[in-house]
Formats: sequence, C-alpha cells, structure tokens
Amino acid sequence: MTLTRLFALLSIACCAATASAQELTGTLAKIKRTGQITLGVRDGSVPFSYLDDKQQYQGYSVDLCMKIVVHVQKQLGMTDVKVVMNPVTSANRIPLMANGTIDLECGSTTNNAERQKQVAFAPTMFVIANRLLAKKSSNIKSLADMKGKTLVATAGTTTLKQMTILNNEQKLGMNIVVGKDHPESFLMMETGRAAAEANDDILLAAQVASARNPSEFQITAEALSVEPYGIMLRREDVPFKQAVDAALARLYQSDDIQRIYSKWFMSPIPPKGINLNFPMPPQLKAVLAKPTDSPDPAAYAAVPPAQKAATKK
Amino acid sequence: MHYNWNWAIFRELSPDGVHTYWDTLMSGLAWTLATSLAGWIMALVLGMLVGVLRTLPSPWLRRAGTAYVELFRNIPLLVQMFLWFFVVPELLPRAAGDWLKALPNAPFLTAVVCLGFFTSARVAVQVTAGIEALAGGQKLAALALGLTRRQTYRHVLLPLALRIILPPLTSEFLNIIKNSSVALTIGLMELTASARAVQEFSFQVFEAFSAATLIYVLVNIVVVAGMALLERRLALPGTLASGGGR
Repeated sequence: MTLTRLFALLSIACCAATASAQELTGTLAKIKRTGQITLGVRDGSVPFSYLDDKQQYQGYSVDLCMKIVVHVQKQLGMTDVKVVMNPVTSANRIPLMANGTIDLECGSTTNNAERQKQVAFAPTMFVIANRLLAKKSSNIKSLADMKGKTLVATAGTTTLKQMTILNNEQKLGMNIVVGKDHPESFLMMETGRAAAEANDDILLAAQVASARNPSEFQITAEALSVEPYGIMLRREDVPFKQAVDAALARLYQSDDIQRIYSKWFMSPIPPKGINLNFPMPPQLKAVLAKPTDSPDPAAYAAVPPAQKAATKK
Repeated sequence: MHYNWNWAIFRELSPDGVHTYWDTLMSGLAWTLATSLAGWIMALVLGMLVGVLRTLPSPWLRRAGTAYVELFRNIPLLVQMFLWFFVVPELLPRAAGDWLKALPNAPFLTAVVCLGFFTSARVAVQVTAGIEALAGGQKLAALALGLTRRQTYRHVLLPLALRIILPPLTSEFLNIIKNSSVALTIGLMELTASARAVQEFSFQVFEAFSAATLIYVLVNIVVVAGMALLERRLALPGTLASGGGR
C-alpha cells in the first residue's frame, strides 16, 4: 500500500461521495445497487408488449422502456444495466409493482385518476378512443344502431363500465355480455353471440388485422371516449419519476419516436408480419409535443359527449 | 412494500357512478350463490339417478351410468365451460345455435348446466358408494318383503345411503360454490370476477381479494353448519349413520 495508491483510493472515495451526495433513493438506488432493472411485460398486448414466436418480449412500450433504461444508466454513470423481463398480467401487475419485483410496467395500461392513488405514470405514450367493432353485414355505424342488440366488452375494462352507464343513460336497451379477455370478446362477436364489441380502437385494429378475414369487419368512426396509456412506476419515488419523465421528454422531441411509432403501427410486425396501418392519432401528436401524465381525458382531446355522459355523477 | 392500503375503498363509488365497490362484490356474491345453488339442485337430481343406475342388475344400464360419470368427471371444468359456451352452439343446427346464443343471461345458464353435469358425476359416484355400503341383506330383505325394486330404492336403500354420504355431499356442496368461480371465464360476473373488477378499476388488489376470500369462507361456514344440522336432524338411531346399533 504505497502512499500514492492510498491517495488514489482516497480520491476515488471522495469523488464517489460527491457523486452520491444526492444520496440515491428508491428505484434508482436499487438499480445502482443490483446492476439490473426489471420490466413488467405482457404476453399478448399487441403491438405494445407481447411475446413473439422466438420467445422475445417486444413492442412499442418495451422499446420506450428500453430508451428509459439507457437514460437511467447514463444518469447513474453505469456502464451496464442488466434488463430483466418479467411477464405480468392485469391481475398481478400491482402486487408485483408494490413489492418491488418490477420497476416499470411496459404494457398498455390506462392512466386514470383512481389508479393514480396507487401508482404513478410516466408521460402518456399513447391515446386511444373507445369504438365499436362489428361485422360489415350487421350495418352498425354508431352506438345508436345498437338499440336492443347484444354488445360485448371485456371484463374489468373501463369500456365495460362506460357501456353499462351509457346503456342506462341513453335508454338503449342493449344486452351487455362480458368476455374474460380481449380475444374472447372478439370470439363472442365473431360467433354472433354479440352484434358488436366495444373496446380501445387500437386493440380493435389489431384484432381485425389478425382475423381470418379482415374485410368482414369494420370499426365505427364515432369515438366514445378518450383514454391515455402510460408506463407505470411506483408512487412517491420522485427521483426515479424525474428520470423517467426526462427520458421520455427527450425521446418525444427527437425523430426516434416517429421511427418507433411507425415500426409498430405502420409496418409489418412479427410474428405474422401483420400491418396494423394505424396512423398516429392527433391527440397523441399533441401529447408528444407537450408531454403530460395527466389522467384527465380532457387534457388530451375534446371529450366525446358519450364519455361526458358516462362520467356525470 | 410500496402499497397504498385503503380499506375504505369499498365505500367508494365504482366507475359506474351508481354502485359502491361493496355493491359490486355483493352482486358478485348473489351470482355465485344463484349459480351454485341451481347447479347443486341439478347435480343432486342427476347424481341420484345416475348413482342408482350404477347399482341396478342390468349390466347395460350400469355401463351407461359409468360412461356418464367418466365423461363428466374426466374433462377439466374449465374446458367443459368453454365447450358448453362456445362449441356446443356451433355444433347445433343454425337456428338452435342462434337461439342459444341469444338467450338472456346465457353465461349464467351455461354455468349452471356445466356445473350441474360436472358435479352430478361426482355425486353419482358417492350415491353408488352409499348404496353399496349398506349391508347386502337390506336389499334382499326389502325384496323378500314383497317391495318392488322401485319401492326398495325409494323406502329403504336411498334413505339410508343418503344419510351415510351426507359428509362427502357436504364437501361437494362446498366444491360447487368454489367451482362456480370458473364461470368468470365465460363472462359471469360472480364473486371472483367482481373482485377482479374492483382491482382493475381501483388497483386495490389486496383489499378486493381479501374481501372475496372472507366472503367465500363465511358462505362455506354457513353451508357446513347447515349440513351438520341436517345430519343431526336426520340421524336414525340404530343405523350406520348414527354410529350405534351395529
């Protein structure tokens, strides 16, 4: 132990001390300590977060999360952060987020005020509108055409609730049935158990694109609600939230976001090479120009009358 | 744990703006009870018929009974739900299939039918076992007294056999209540589905499922107590069931 080496060691120690003068806390401290970050990913939220035929998790949300990881890695001055993909379902994403198993949830989770009491959201990365999907032969152009018919929506979705309320409010007399997940809701509509399926337009577009006979179906032009999607993180973890916000704000200002968007929504995607052909909605363009994590639909677009009716108390 | 506990969630309004989250759970409980009770009645009736079938002298009837049991006992309940709901209507003639799909409360009716058949196979096995557990002399004595076979079953064998199998029947009753949760896969908003809905909307997953668990436990305690009472009321001194007189 020569004196110079001792000095060198001391100087490293002192600099390390200044670097951590802000004393990392929360998720950032965990990433620094363990050298890894865990992303919660979904098996079947095409094209946001899904498993392809090569057993790789990928999608629009996963790409955005990877950008966040790179940003956090730079910020922490680390050379390498190991990314662990942890599959989650809609039922277990909250417990796994709460107990620290996952650090970011990269799926297609709606950001709303109720949920913000439990978790935090990164700046909105997608804006959907609720619409109806029906067979062309059934000639359904709007919700009014559904009077007295059977409608299917997926269990546990905000869409299902909204349709239940609208049904009562507007005296539509629809019979509303529930699918346990999105594929099953589509199956109910396809087999004729329901005349139309109500869902997020991007999910409907994906269902149509992967149907046996896409030309058989059509999505209504009438938007029933506007909802923001966000990447989820733990609440009350300010430094991490700031890092995530900064990462996405920077991404949204660059051309990268356009590239990532068209990669997933405007070009053929694995595993079947289906192209969703889903041009960027104007509400999303507005969010990219001015990032926000607001759960309020009014922050994104003129709220459709149907949604206003459903949120009236 | 970074979890925001909030037991007051059940008093809050669910997104429909009319009902609280507690109402959501209660409506789920109502569907669970309706489904399991209706299924249980169907299972008892069918199970007794098939169980008796398997003890008759005719080998063909016995085989038919056994075939029924094996069919409904060996296919997982989840698969049976799916088959009844999605596949059967497609196999029927067009008009009948469309009529089935258009039924109001189709998930409820399908769940009752599916649970009824599934549980009836299990009840049938127990009824058979109960009848076979009786001393062979019972049947012979009844027939020797000049009772017809029908009367023998009606007045001697079934009353004794059913008393013997009350404890396993209690288990089946509890099973059908728990199994009714599988009906969420065909869109029945029963208790488990309601708990899932509460967690989906509010993200209060632990509160939702703790409440559902407690409700299931309470319902099952009531069933156990009721069946125990029934057992005591029906006990016949001097028969196997009351443990004396052997």
